[in-house]
Amino acid sequence: MSAHSPDNFDEMIDAEGGVRAAYKGYRDWYDEQDPQGLKRKHQEAEAFFRKTGITFNVYGQEDAEERLIPFDPVPRIVTAQEWRRLSRGIEQRVRALNAFLHDLYHRQEIIKAGRVPEWLLRGNPAYLPHMSGFTPPGNVYTHITGIDLVRTGPNDFHVLEDNARTPSGVSYMLENRETMMAMFPELFTRVKVAPVSNYPRRLARSLAACAPPACEGRPVVAVLTPGIYNSAYYEHAFLADQMGAELVEASDLRVMGGRVQMRTTRGFTPVDVLYRRVDDDFLDPLTFRADSMLGVPGIMDVYRAGGITIANAPGTGIADDKALYSFMPEIVEFYTGEKPLLPNVETYRCMEEDALKYVLDNIADLVVKEVHGSGGYGMLIGPTSSRREIASFTEKLKANPHNYIAQPTLSLSTVPILTKKGLAPRHVDLRPFVLMSPNGIEITPGGLTRVALKRGSLVVNSSQGGGTKDSWVLEE
Amino acid sequence: MLGRSANAVFWMFRYLERAENLARLLDTGFRMALTRDHLTAEEEWRSVIETAGMRDSYQEQHGTYTGIQVWNHILRDRENSNSIRSLIGAVRSNARSARNVITSELWEAVNESYLQLNDLLARPVNQSGLADAINTVKRESTLVRGAMDGSMLRNDIYNFARIGSFIERADNTARILDVKYYVLLPSLSYVGSSLDNVQWETILRSLGAERAYRWLNAGQLDARGIADFLILDGRFPRSLSFCYSKIRSNLHSLALQYGGEVRAHEVMRNADLKLQDRDIDFVIDMGLHEFLSDFIACNNDIARAVETDYRFTD
Repeated sequence: MSAHSPDNFDEMIDAEGGVRAAYKGYRDWYDEQDPQGLKRKHQEAEAFFRKTGITFNVYGQEDAEERLIPFDPVPRIVTAQEWRRLSRGIEQRVRALNAFLHDLYHRQEIIKAGRVPEWLLRGNPAYLPHMSGFTPPGNVYTHITGIDLVRTGPNDFHVLEDNARTPSGVSYMLENRETMMAMFPELFTRVKVAPVSNYPRRLARSLAACAPPACEGRPVVAVLTPGIYNSAYYEHAFLADQMGAELVEASDLRVMGGRVQMRTTRGFTPVDVLYRRVDDDFLDPLTFRADSMLGVPGIMDVYRAGGITIANAPGTGIADDKALYSFMPEIVEFYTGEKPLLPNVETYRCMEEDALKYVLDNIADLVVKEVHGSGGYGMLIGPTSSRREIASFTEKLKANPHNYIAQPTLSLSTVPILTKKGLAPRHVDLRPFVLMSPNGIEITPGGLTRVALKRGSLVVNSSQGGGTKDSWVLEE
Repeated sequence: MLGRSANAVFWMFRYLERAENLARLLDTGFRMALTRDHLTAEEEWRSVIETAGMRDSYQEQHGTYTGIQVWNHILRDRENSNSIRSLIGAVRSNARSARNVITSELWEAVNESYLQLNDLLARPVNQSGLADAINTVKRESTLVRGAMDGSMLRNDIYNFARIGSFIERADNTARILDVKYYVLLPSLSYVGSSLDNVQWETILRSLGAERAYRWLNAGQLDARGIADFLILDGRFPRSLSFCYSKIRSNLHSLALQYGGEVRAHEVMRNADLKLQDRDIDFVIDMGLHEFLSDFIACNNDIARAVETDYRFTD
């Protein structure tokens, strides 16, 4: 394990080849392991995932219908001290996002103050006029947020993306830990790791705390899934199961007597809080896409009348917008009166003339992304693209600069993965999961670490060959 | 629980039961064909397809009845929605759909069965692989049932699963009897002829009843006794009478939990009247075929009433 690249920050090995504090305990254990034994455990892990059915469906590939996201058995480790700093920054950001969303759908002070331009909302499909003047129960918009972080140095974490629409991946955070504990129980007696397993309980509590005015007695929580063919169905079922909530599909729900009710074997029963894993567009065919089969006709009227809580609130998706992202430092400052604790990645808005010129001049060194894109699609990574790819992307960019932002190519940190030849560094990101309710913000220590399995690759998305790791926050 | 989840659990166990019964039927067909000459073997395989209710789907693809075609059609043909492979896929889809009302143990048992069988049935099954395929289906089905038995709460979810199992089992037993009923008719039976003995044994074997019957009857085979055993003997777990007692007790348990009866309970009581206090002479006088047709219709009525009364679908 000497193959760390000097170009980027390796989270396990420092510049002198020594093991960093976070990984000391793990590395001591690792050095005592028999490499063959580790390989065998790695294979067992895959069998374990197959057995539990934690697979995802790949759209448009009928025969290879179900795939496993590759799991790497080397944990990604953060110290308690690093985590404290991170979680303060995350909390600040999520608070600011909520305040921003409330403002956006009410007085729009931030626009009046000239800190955020009005064009961000105009024509933005994620901005929902239906939410204007309405305050969701408990004034919570982002019940669940996933903040994507990348690291470039010992003290340098940046926010890469805010996922406030329907962040996914939390089941991997939980199952990866279960798998690690099943495979290497003795490791957990040697290294004290903050637990993550109470996430579903916290989620259930947090959602219940946002019950709507119409709720009588103990709030009934249900998870709304598009169904078993959705790529994240496993996660929907897993969370419903772990929370003891119902897992509903659109066909189970109906608006009756001013409530959204589910068809049970005993008759119709009102749902108080709907944790929906369905996009805004599909939520209510009467309000949004009329052809949606995944939504509940009339649910928006019930919502506005206080008959149900929808989590996350409709219209929060605007926070995922990459043009809006570029204003997050202003947004944080405007609502919290503090400097952002977690910096953004420097972002060029191609709709601005100067920025576009800079981007076109330096495109080979930049990452260019679609404003509304996700999943690592529709983006150009300058340094790893061919001249032809760059040329064709440049045309697209020139034709529609509004649709793009650009960022410098970050030298993302690496964490070792287990390969046939032992440990080898690969680039990673981190998605912690944040819960919000009127009772406060809770961040589960750790999150989902995604890892690019190909050497040198910066793309960690599972849809493009990325894998996952267990993510540890050490206890003090 | 959601009506849709009840529906999923109900069908999950119906399909599982159906797959297991098909495996048993194949096993019997195979044994029979082995002991026969070529022509009778073809007749035997045709009868297996008839009993499985797959004449149409089979004839769409094949003109002749050979063992290898028949067992592959029943085991693994994806065009055949009732092939064991299709059924196990449907069991798993339903289990996924009901994932949050069943235990992880049950889900994992289903998922592992699916993975194993899907793999085993990915390629055509030849004669030397047939026994393994059949045994795997039976074993996996037993594992799933065991996982349910050992891990599920005895509540409404369990009741719907059990009602599904026994509706399907009763239907299967009745259908097997109905296809072969003529060999049990006293007027047509050549008492003691070896042909009859073999036919009777086929019926018993396809219901996994040969040992139990022999044990109870000291090895004596007779048509009336077999019909009596498979229809009315409440001790045999695939008899119509046994299935009804299970459906009845699970419906009763639902009534207790839900604080009252629904129409399905009345349908069940009416169906019960046709079995209760009957003896086999009555059934044979009525006409075995008429009796079984009526039974299958009543059994369907119970299933439909349960589906409607407990809001399985919108």
